[in-house]
Amino acid sequence: MAKNVEKDALSGVETTGHSFDGLKELNNPLPKWWLYVFYVCIAWSLVYYVLYPAWPLGSTYTKGVLGYSQREDLAKSLADAKAAQAKYLDRIAKASVEDIQKDKDLLSFAMAGGRTMFNENCSACHGAGGQGAKGYPTLADDVWLWGGTTGDLYQTIKGGVRQGDVVETRGAPGVGMTAFGRDGILDKTQIDQVTEYVLSLTNRATDKAKADKGKTVFEENCVACHGDKGQGSLAAGVDGVGAPPLNTAAWVYGGDRATLVQTITNGRAGEMPAWSKRLDDVTIKQLAIYVHNLGGGK
Amino acid sequence: MSSATDTQPEVTKRASAPLYAKHAKIYPKKVTGPFRRLKWAVLVALLGIYYILPWIRWDRGPNAPDQAVLLDLEGRRFYLFFIELWPQQIYYLTGALILASVGLFLATSLAGRVWCGYACPQTVWTDLYVWVERLFEGERGDRIRMDQGKWTLNKLWRKAAKNAAWILIAFATGGAWIFYFTDAPTLAWDLVTLNASSTAVWFILLFTGTTYLLAGFAREQVCIYMCPWPRFQSAMTDEDSLVVTYREYRGEGRAHLRKTQSWEERKADGHGDCIDCNACYHACPTGVDIREGSQLACIGCGLCIDACDEIMTKIGRPKGLIAFDTQNNLVSMATTGKKAVYKLVRPRTIIYSLLMVVVSGMIAAGLVLKPSLDISVLRDRAPLFVALADGSVRNAYTFKISNMTRDSRDYTLTASGLAGIELSVAGEHQSDSAARLRLSAAPDQVATYRIFVTVPRASVTAASVPLTLTLTTAGGDGDSYKTVFMGPAN
Repeated sequence: MAKNVEKDALSGVETTGHSFDGLKELNNPLPKWWLYVFYVCIAWSLVYYVLYPAWPLGSTYTKGVLGYSQREDLAKSLADAKAAQAKYLDRIAKASVEDIQKDKDLLSFAMAGGRTMFNENCSACHGAGGQGAKGYPTLADDVWLWGGTTGDLYQTIKGGVRQGDVVETRGAPGVGMTAFGRDGILDKTQIDQVTEYVLSLTNRATDKAKADKGKTVFEENCVACHGDKGQGSLAAGVDGVGAPPLNTAAWVYGGDRATLVQTITNGRAGEMPAWSKRLDDVTIKQLAIYVHNLGGGK
Repeated sequence: MSSATDTQPEVTKRASAPLYAKHAKIYPKKVTGPFRRLKWAVLVALLGIYYILPWIRWDRGPNAPDQAVLLDLEGRRFYLFFIELWPQQIYYLTGALILASVGLFLATSLAGRVWCGYACPQTVWTDLYVWVERLFEGERGDRIRMDQGKWTLNKLWRKAAKNAAWILIAFATGGAWIFYFTDAPTLAWDLVTLNASSTAVWFILLFTGTTYLLAGFAREQVCIYMCPWPRFQSAMTDEDSLVVTYREYRGEGRAHLRKTQSWEERKADGHGDCIDCNACYHACPTGVDIREGSQLACIGCGLCIDACDEIMTKIGRPKGLIAFDTQNNLVSMATTGKKAVYKLVRPRTIIYSLLMVVVSGMIAAGLVLKPSLDISVLRDRAPLFVALADGSVRNAYTFKISNMTRDSRDYTLTASGLAGIELSVAGEHQSDSAARLRLSAAPDQVATYRIFVTVPRASVTAASVPLTLTLTTAGGDGDSYKTVFMGPAN
């Protein structure tokens, strides 16, 4: 302590003895309320050390007598949320997708759950709301490659499309549309003709004579899968092929002339993973319900 | 107030005073008189309403709460007697708040801060707490002496008893508050059997704490330092507002009463009626000396009037040295000695009254015409539209029907704006489309449907075409919603 305690004349407060260019620092004490709060905080920290996890000890830490853990809390609240959904999930597990569709409670639960799971797993390719993208069919419209009933959808999601090691998959692995141009089955003239014919199915042909020639090519090469009117394998009753209809406004890869030529030349074989490998059955059922209710379900 | 030359020294004196004022505890003295009786009456009435209201029952039929006033936050409904509000009708609360503030303005322009003095919860509970304090610790003088004196057994039990009584009142206050938010009898029973939810207990304790703190200790500091109302209330009063006023022209210059001096001699000496007894100051619950003029801390309760009138009666002078008076009258009496004409009807009272009539009229009309049906439509944005196999275009809408009745309702949905509209609803029969749909909603529930609107490609004449969805009940009334139908831009 300074020997000569100096008091500031104006305020009557002691100075600290520090002087800066003649300005002297007053030795005002901390406000009492502040000081007491500070002491209480120190006292509380001691209590905290005992009660809660606090000090790191190498690879572990002091656990605290309450045994509190945020990780366990999270696990518990997740389990609680699961338990809260259990009464619906149990019913969904037991019901068929058709029955779920008829039950108003289950339907709205499955719609909400399916929506979340769709956004997490499906929307990357099929787009939000199932709007589709090139090579990834639109799920909101009424054109289906593998069937549009809830049962069909359930089956397709479960087994995927053209998957190798899944028994119930749609189509056969690696087997898709023939690469008619690349494999030398059709020459460029024939491809041009059959393209004109395919365009004529949706009234877009510009050369009637060419389309008529294309019709012959079509009947020789395409009807086996796409049907005699280009109505697609589903409508034509051909199983296990997944050939899209060629007489509608919906196209998986695009319906313009250039894309059609490309498709006929190189072939197509779209795939989808078998979701039974990643998602449980209850989730797949909810997804089937959600996709069915996007608008195109049969 | 008075002329500029009079206030000059006062202003200088104030300016030199420090800005920080250490809080001095106020010991309001007991008062008797008409204003005190009015204050008691208002206190009893308001506390009565506060405690009894949640217990009043109101039959709304089956499956509905029978509590007259219930703010059901969990069920998202407000019940006020015959009124039932849904969350989207919260604007009625705005109306009520506007009405309350205009009412406050009107009351203030007529009679100053009567809200503060009589009806504000802070005033009511503080008054009650001071009454309890007086019960245990005695009159003003006794209380001051006790606070300054040493801790004795007598002081200890009196302080303890007072605080216990305060906490009890605070607990009853907090306890009553939560009854407005849930069924009162059920909750009361849960509290008694210790089954109440932790939320309920938390709020009881919260309001117990705040009541104890605000009415027991903070008291007038709430009015002076925390409340915004005193800051702008002076904008609501004018020269014709009746405010608690010390009649300076009659009272000054104040001097102690000398028994030997007659009133005529006293007057000749230049003294007024104020005998400087400080009765007004001691009676004041906020520690105001009203003789210094109208001021921020004055809550306009008029207790100083009662105190002064009592003294004036005792010394044989006319009552009303302090009174509810207007600025105009004060100036007129001081300058000409004549009473000013009191003007009840002034622009601001007219405007406030008109505003109140208009706002209450709007609320009343709104309540009378309140629809029992509300629809809300949200158009799908992904995908914006879907082209179907046959080329037709489809949009999807999330369609919500709020059935604000106690019966199950059936509705018919139609759409207009484009040619050849076909409607269908997601679910089991979504492939059945028609020009009209049958929808239903359970009583007091919101029904949600996913609606598909499909039109031929030729009907879509632009990227966005206005579409109106109309819902009608069997009775013929209904509601419509204007939205758009989107499609490929040619």
